[in-house]
Amino acid sequence: MNTATAPNYELIQQDGLETSLLEISMGPHHPSTHGVFRMDVKLDGETVVDLKPVFGYLHRNHEKLAENMSYLSSMPFTDRLDYFNSMTNNWAYALAAEKLIEVEVPERAEYLRVVMAELTRLVNHVSLVGFFLNDLGALGTPLLYAFREREKILDLFEQASGARMMCNYFRFGGLRNDVPVGWIGRAREVVDRFPVFLDEYEQLLCENEIILSRTQGVGNLSRELAINAGITGPMLRASGVNYDLRKVDQYGIYDRFKFRVPYGEAGDCYDRFMVRMLEMRESVEILKQALEGIPEGPVMGNAPRVFKPNPAEVYGRIEGPKGELGFYLIADGTPKPYRYRVRPPSLINLTVLRDMCLGGKIADTVIILGSIDIVLGEVDR
Amino acid sequence: MSILGGGIFKGMAVTLRNFVGSYFYKDRLTTNDYSWRPNDKLPQRAGDYPKEEGEQRRDTTTVTNYSRNFPMLLHDGGEPMDTVRCVACQICERECPPQCIYIEKSTEKKENASGKPQFYPATFDIDVSVCMSCQICVEVCPFDAIVMNSQFELSTPNRFGGLLLRRDDLLKSNGYYHKIHPEEAAARDKRIAEEKAAKEAKKKAAAEAARKMAEEKAKAEAEANEGTPDIQENAE
Amino acid sequence: MSHTVNHEPVLGKFPGTNWDEEAGALVVPATQAVAVAKWLRDNDAFLLDYCSNVTGVDYLEREIKEKVTNKEGKMETVVRTEPSRMDVVYHLYSMQKQTGPLVFKQRTNREQPEVESLTPVWRSCELQEREVFDLFGVNFKGHPDQRRILMWDEFEGHPMRKDYTEPFDYEWEPTPHDEILEKHQRGKVIV
Repeated sequence: MNTATAPNYELIQQDGLETSLLEISMGPHHPSTHGVFRMDVKLDGETVVDLKPVFGYLHRNHEKLAENMSYLSSMPFTDRLDYFNSMTNNWAYALAAEKLIEVEVPERAEYLRVVMAELTRLVNHVSLVGFFLNDLGALGTPLLYAFREREKILDLFEQASGARMMCNYFRFGGLRNDVPVGWIGRAREVVDRFPVFLDEYEQLLCENEIILSRTQGVGNLSRELAINAGITGPMLRASGVNYDLRKVDQYGIYDRFKFRVPYGEAGDCYDRFMVRMLEMRESVEILKQALEGIPEGPVMGNAPRVFKPNPAEVYGRIEGPKGELGFYLIADGTPKPYRYRVRPPSLINLTVLRDMCLGGKIADTVIILGSIDIVLGEVDR
Repeated sequence: MSILGGGIFKGMAVTLRNFVGSYFYKDRLTTNDYSWRPNDKLPQRAGDYPKEEGEQRRDTTTVTNYSRNFPMLLHDGGEPMDTVRCVACQICERECPPQCIYIEKSTEKKENASGKPQFYPATFDIDVSVCMSCQICVEVCPFDAIVMNSQFELSTPNRFGGLLLRRDDLLKSNGYYHKIHPEEAAARDKRIAEEKAAKEAKKKAAAEAARKMAEEKAKAEAEANEGTPDIQENAE
Repeated sequence: MSHTVNHEPVLGKFPGTNWDEEAGALVVPATQAVAVAKWLRDNDAFLLDYCSNVTGVDYLEREIKEKVTNKEGKMETVVRTEPSRMDVVYHLYSMQKQTGPLVFKQRTNREQPEVESLTPVWRSCELQEREVFDLFGVNFKGHPDQRRILMWDEFEGHPMRKDYTEPFDYEWEPTPHDEILEKHQRGKVIV
């Protein structure tokens, strides 16, 4: 597949007026770019002729830092990759490292991991919908309604792990500590009230004519291009491909839960938005099943205290809320990894930004970027 | 309903419901009262806390049992440096991800609460502008000497060194630890007591075994000694 | 569950490739890489249409001590020098058949690292190969837009290489210790 070529635009001469292309750099400080992200756009009036994304403003070289630290010490840094979903980042790293030393995770820890991951998915999708509507112009109202629910879930995270966002909760072989007494009851309350909130949210948004006319038909992504460009997550499913790692790889204990995978047809911004709304309902289903079935027991397996894996290479991946988050670890017998690589879903989903935005208006560019759901901590690492 | 704008009206009904409901229902209005009292003074050094409510101003609605904010060194009551648990093994310094701990070992040993003479930290600095409260130092410490505090009132106008906590600022008693994190402190004390009891039991069992062996050896020697006078008599 | 892919047919069809048992990866020489990749993507037995992860690994020249039994049957330690090299590793999956992963490696030397770009085959390699170029210095022949992606354009050096040393332009540290304190004392820090 070739990269899309910009159509040839001739300079228009009308009534003796000569026009030329306008080059604008949107960002890095921009309220709509979801972080320090820059787009160099060439405009003909309001139509986008060319677009070049520039990133690297948040590059902290996490991969090189991890080569100088032990495996446990780079767990807090994985929280800061995709800073909205610290629990799922932790799980991806723990999964990859557990493949290296082959330790068994106890049942209670597996159930709690699923609960934390699905709560994180709720947090992410609800924040994304809020920010997407912020980009559309509904400044603040849906975002703050979403953040009301997010606060409840962040309180749950704080009660379990000690911190709201940078949780550092997962360890190789289980979890760091057990949840406090009464946590499961509180989690059940939050999960039971979530569908009521979702109904209200859908009533607010999903039939709104402004949203429908601004997002339908905008940013179309065809199925073949999505697979070839390595897009994963809700963006891939909105283009019509049924590929969810929770069903394909069945890592953890996802094979015990009954849930559906929503996917769309047209691959435009509206489909991506609706896929995320539907995924939230499926996450609530998984949470209800998981919270009922948590057994008693320890939360930490018999991981060795000094973590020195044998030389091996491993690639562990999970279905994060933004796409496939993978960790590629090469161990060489010392307590520090030889090569530590994060496969960032947000970066790879940005491959098709230019294809989707060419020919559209500049206002649509902002919406398309919002629907891709990027977090710069992950794009730049 | 195919009135143009019908969707927008439905949305506005939701907004109106939220607005009116926030006057009557608590869960539609979620704000906290963080009012600042007029006679509050800013601390000049990290370590000057308002002393009236113990060590920190605590907002009990948001600070929960496990919440963590910067480490502290534990001592078991009395004069801090006499009962400090830290032996300056420097494991936390090595494992700290942002490398914010700086330790200098003392040159001679001193007796601490466990009875044995141990090294102690002559310097133990934590740069709280770098520390990210990740708790890795707590997990790797083999002596239960460093645990997480939950102080967040650390702002100071002193730009150079105001955010460097020295050893004496970090030393807090085990009683204070019980006050701020009761469950975690109780679990930790229980585990330390159990490990100590297990060690004592093992030592006792080893002493028993040694004593038994010594008894049997003495018995065997006594029998051997009884044997020889007979031989001597016979020889004579 | 994702089923692993059988690599035997590839070794048969393309005689230059071989299988690295330790790493569990298919090592492909740089001249055949695009051909093998196209075949893997289009062949009905494989249909590997999704390239998930592209990364580079840097190996300096190192000595490996191995214990082997020699001719008399005794254990002795043999020291083997492994030459330096740079690897570009691709993880391939199939979305239609839900199989994978197949690990695909291109090997090159460290002095003038050059491999073939697989962007014409899988579009997802575009940004990731740019990152390998930026951080390791590997030149990808046939890449449509090879330039630095995470570091700024005028940056010199390739940070992820094992022998990369940082330049002496640190910002001021309020509480310096160890090497940074030495640098302060030698007057090499810009305050």
